[in-house]
Amino acid sequence: MLSYLARRLLVAIPTILVIITVAFFMMRAAPGGPFDLERPMPEEIRQNVMAAYGMDQPIWKQYVDYMAGIARFDLGPSLKFRDKTVADIIAEGFPVSATIGALSISLAVFVGTIMGSIAALRQNSAADYTVVGISTIGIVIPPFVMGPILALLVGLHWGLLPTGGLDPRYGMTVERLILPVITLALPQIAIISRLMRASMIEVLRSNYVRTAKAKGLPAASVIVRHALRSAVLPLVSYLGPAAAALLTGSIVIEQVFQLPGIGRQFVQAALQRDYTVVMGVVILYASLIIILNLIADLLYAALNPKVKYD
Amino acid sequence: MAFTSPPAEKTEMMERAAVRGRSLWDDARARLLRNRAAVASLVLLGILTFLAFIGPLLWVHDSSFIYRDRVQIPPGLENWHLFGTDAQGRDLLARTLVGLRMSLMVGVVATAVSLVIGVIWGATAGFIGGRVDQLMMRIVDVLYSLPFIFFVIILMVVFGRNIILIFVAIGAVEWLTMARIVRGQTIALKGMEFVEAARAAGVSQFSIIRRHIVPNVLGPVVVYVTLTIPAVILAESFLSFLGLGVQEPLTSLGNLISNGARDMEVAPWTLIVPALTMMLTLFCFNFIGDGLRDAIDPKDR
Repeated sequence: MLSYLARRLLVAIPTILVIITVAFFMMRAAPGGPFDLERPMPEEIRQNVMAAYGMDQPIWKQYVDYMAGIARFDLGPSLKFRDKTVADIIAEGFPVSATIGALSISLAVFVGTIMGSIAALRQNSAADYTVVGISTIGIVIPPFVMGPILALLVGLHWGLLPTGGLDPRYGMTVERLILPVITLALPQIAIISRLMRASMIEVLRSNYVRTAKAKGLPAASVIVRHALRSAVLPLVSYLGPAAAALLTGSIVIEQVFQLPGIGRQFVQAALQRDYTVVMGVVILYASLIIILNLIADLLYAALNPKVKYD
Repeated sequence: MAFTSPPAEKTEMMERAAVRGRSLWDDARARLLRNRAAVASLVLLGILTFLAFIGPLLWVHDSSFIYRDRVQIPPGLENWHLFGTDAQGRDLLARTLVGLRMSLMVGVVATAVSLVIGVIWGATAGFIGGRVDQLMMRIVDVLYSLPFIFFVIILMVVFGRNIILIFVAIGAVEWLTMARIVRGQTIALKGMEFVEAARAAGVSQFSIIRRHIVPNVLGPVVVYVTLTIPAVILAESFLSFLGLGVQEPLTSLGNLISNGARDMEVAPWTLIVPALTMMLTLFCFNFIGDGLRDAIDPKDR
């Protein structure tokens, strides 16, 4: 187990390095630069600014310098916000995105598992069709449609909840989080309940569940202790990538509800060629995906006695 | 999968056996046609496609004509603005049809791009195996951990925003899963008894690929294609929503939804009409995809 973990982490390092390298050169290949303003600055000042950020160096030198910085866990200064480092910007935006993402995925897993299990237990009943219907709706209504509609109905029309805007001074309040979290969770609820339904149906047909029933175990215990345990396996392997995508913040949700999260900053930074911020977010995202996938795989092994890592 | 192999020694016998083997597809078609949701979706999608491509030519309003005195008219029969007009005074029905056409085109073309790259990549990796396979799949893994949006933004700014690029960019992102599916199938098939039997019978490598590998890989690929098209349509809409997709005067459903979301307080129909159109389209593709999966993979029934 430990050697498996070590091996996975060892593979992760070159992966991250390749990702950083690809991202670095792709970003630099884009025309325009962080100091191209609408009103061009005088050439001398431009030279000075470029020199201050080391951008007058040849590209390979910049790359080496950047990598040296990464090795020291230094993501460098933002090129657009003069008095902020990349770490500052991530520290501002990431908690917002992470909170919304974590709440959404928890909600999605909770609701999705229950919905999927109920549908599987009562296959071809009205409850089953309802769940399948809801999950299909969840899949075909993307967040950028659901978000505005919810904001319009719940926020503006009925005036029940605020439609958005997290003021960093007041922090995140529950009522401001409800709509973004639900909007972000709905497609995931749809996918998870589908996954759960399919795998639960398969597990319920398996021999060991029949054995458990034949032993005379109460139905609840058969479902919870025997069936559920292996029925969640496909869900577990889906969660790694899903969680990473959610944690970095659905850019759309942040746009619709005006949340100061990392996704919005990322798009802004890329459009303004704020190289270091873009790189910082890419590194964060890639690391999260790798770590969460690893956790998902370990969890998978822990739940599935057939899989052994060594 | 329980596909029978041609138990033949002579080539002509194998030809005949292989032809008979196509009854698998006949079976699949029959199963698909029994699925009412899938058939209804096929019909509806056909109608939508027809309207999207022929409708704008026949409709009384041009999609880009601006009626200065008819801004944000609610849906109604007056002047034939059945779905009303948008914030610039353009007929919403005409714009929705044109947008649907663009979304469908993006969906099909980008999926075709992903299909070509993914199948070639996956089949090569799976068939050669060993180190080449390891390396090629490692590359796929690395690409998986790049944020999709990052990719596309860079591509957009490197080459400038144009439609062809959107096709290629989305296709270039979506091929990864396709490559994995094809590789997995190829590896699984390589070890199947009927492929070994064919090899033992002296069938050439090329014939094995053509007669046995390709038809058997095709099933999952077709299913995945029908599920990729709506995913691509969603991806393009997502980009358009962020202002990175199709640019005016062209439009797509995502673009219309984005504009509609901005005006929804005064003109909710500008959000509802394109949003419903997109939902219908995605519904159709999803039901067709599910139907195909049930039809082609008998294991799942």
